[in-house]
Amino acid sequence: MPGSVALVATTTLSMHARALHSLVVKKVVMAITGLLLIGFLLMHMFGNLKVFIGPEAYNHYAEWLKQDILYPILPHGWFIWIFRAVIAVSLVLHIYCATKLWQASLRGRGAHDNKKYTKVRRPQQTIAAKVMRWGGLTLLLLLIFHILMFTTQTITFGNFKAGATPYDMFTASFEHWYVWAIYVLFMAAVSLHVRHGFYSAFTTLGANVGPQARVFLNGLAYFAAALIFVGFMLPPTAVLFGLGVS
Amino acid sequence: MKITLRIWRQADREAVGGLQTYQLDNVSEDMSFLELLDMLNEQLTAQDLEPVAFDNDCREGICGMCGVVVNGAPHGRYDSSVPTTTCQLHMRSFQDGAVIDVEPWKAGPFPIIKDLVVDRSAFDHIIQAGGYISVNTGAAPEAHSTPAPKRQADRAFDNATCVGCGACVAACPNGSAMLFTAAKVTHLAMLPQGQPERMRRIKAMVAAHDEAGFGGCTNIGECASVCPKQIPLASIGQLNRDLIASLFKGDGK
Ligand code: HEM
Ligand code: FES
Repeated sequence: MPGSVALVATTTLSMHARALHSLVVKKVVMAITGLLLIGFLLMHMFGNLKVFIGPEAYNHYAEWLKQDILYPILPHGWFIWIFRAVIAVSLVLHIYCATKLWQASLRGRGAHDNKKYTKVRRPQQTIAAKVMRWGGLTLLLLLIFHILMFTTQTITFGNFKAGATPYDMFTASFEHWYVWAIYVLFMAAVSLHVRHGFYSAFTTLGANVGPQARVFLNGLAYFAAALIFVGFMLPPTAVLFGLGVS
Repeated sequence: MKITLRIWRQADREAVGGLQTYQLDNVSEDMSFLELLDMLNEQLTAQDLEPVAFDNDCREGICGMCGVVVNGAPHGRYDSSVPTTTCQLHMRSFQDGAVIDVEPWKAGPFPIIKDLVVDRSAFDHIIQAGGYISVNTGAAPEAHSTPAPKRQADRAFDNATCVGCGACVAACPNGSAMLFTAAKVTHLAMLPQGQPERMRRIKAMVAAHDEAGFGGCTNIGECASVCPKQIPLASIGQLNRDLIASLFKGDGK
C-alpha cells in the first residue's frame, strides 16, 4: 500500500530475545572484544620492548609466553593455547558484529535505494571514525600477514635458519626497510582504529555521561593510540637504524 | 539579497529525484528559510509550475514538522552555536548571492513522499513499542505525593523536549535513530512513573528501532550536534546502560 512504511515481518521471538539480537548488543560485543584485543596489544607491545634489554631477556620472555604463564596452575604449554583461543574467538565475534552493523548502516542510510546527499557536511566525524570499517579490513589483512611471518614463519625475510631464536628472527626481519615500512602501515591502521575504537567502546558501555566524560574518553583514546604506535615501532626502528639492537 | 537555490525535486516515492536550480531576487534577510521556500512557490505557481513540497506546521520551532538538509547540514545549522529548526533558520545567516543546496532527509526508513517531504512513520513505530506509560491515572494525585528528584526531573524534561523532527537520523552516517530513541527512553526512565515498565520499555523500543530499518550507533555525535533541542549524546549512554541492565532482568521474556 503506498503511504505506509514496510516493516520487517514481526517475529515470534520474545521481547527479550529481540532485544538480545539488537544492534546495541552487537555493539556491546564489539566493545568488549575490542577492549580485550587492545589489552592483548598492550601486553604484546610491552613484551616486544624486551629486545632492548638483550637477546636472553627477549628469548626468555618468548619462551615464558609459550610455556610458563600460570604454571603450575596450568600444565606447561597450556596457557598459550587458551590465550590464542580467547583472542581468536574475540576477533571472530568482533568481525561478525562489524559485518552485521555495516549491513545495518547501509540499510539505515538508504544506500540500497541510492540515497546519497549531493552535499554532506559532518563536522563531528573524525577521520579515524570514518575509516573504522575499511581500516579494520586493512588491519585484518596485515594481521594475517603478521601471523604468516612470525607465528607460522610461512613468509620470511632475511637469512635465519629454521629453529632460530625469536630474537634472531626479529632482528633479521627488520633489517629490511620494506618490512619496516609494512609495519608502519600496519601500526598506523591499528592506531587509527584504536583512536576511535577505545573511545567508542567505553561510550557503548555507557561511560559517556556528559561532555567532560566525552573529552576524557577521547583523550584516553588518543593516548592509547599513540602509545601503541610508538611502543610497537620502537624496536623495529632501532633494528633498522642499528640503534642498540642488532 | 539574491539567492540561488538548488532543490531536490522528486515527483513521488518511486521517481528518480535530482537537484533543480532556481534564482530568487529581493530576498529579505529577515525571512525564515521556509518563507524563502514560500516565496519560490508563489513564483512557481504564478508560472504554472509545480510548487516545491515541504513539511511545516508551527513555524516556531516546537512541532518538529519542518526539516530539510541545507548545504549538507540538517536544519542548516552546521557549526552555528544556535540550535535551530529549519523554520527558525533565517536568511541573515547567508551571504548575498549564496548558492544553497536543499535536500530531504535521506535515510532508508524515511521514504521520500515528494520533493522535500519524507515519511517519518518509522518514529511512530518506535514510540508505539514502548514510548509511553500505561498506568490508570484516575483522578489527578496531589502533586507532592510522588517526589521526583530535581536532577532526574531536569534530565527527564531536557529529553522530553525532543520534537521527533528526524534531523538526528538525517545527520547520522549510519542512518541510526539512537538519539531519538534514547531521548524517549531517558525521558521516561528518569521519572518515578516510568519505573514499572522501564526494563520492558527499553527492550521493546530498541528492538522496534532495529526492525524499522535504522542502523547502529557508532558514537560519532553528528546527531547531537544538529539537534534543535540539544538532546545530549549522553542520552545514548543512558540507553546503552539501561539495555545492558535489562538483559539481566526477566521483563519481556
Ligand atoms: C587487533 C584487532 C582489533 C582491535 C584491537 C579492535 C578494537 C576495536 C574496539 C575497541 C572497538 C570499539 C567497539 C565499539 O565501538 O563499541 C572497535 C570497533 C570496531 N572495529 Fe575493531 N578491532 C580490531 C580488529 C577489527 C577488524 C579486523 C575489523 C574488520 C572489519 C574491525 C572493525 C571494527 C568496526 C567496524 C568497529 C565499529 C566502529 C565504531 O564504533 O565506530 N575491527 N574495534
Ligand atoms: S514548523 Fe514546527 S518546528 Fe519547524
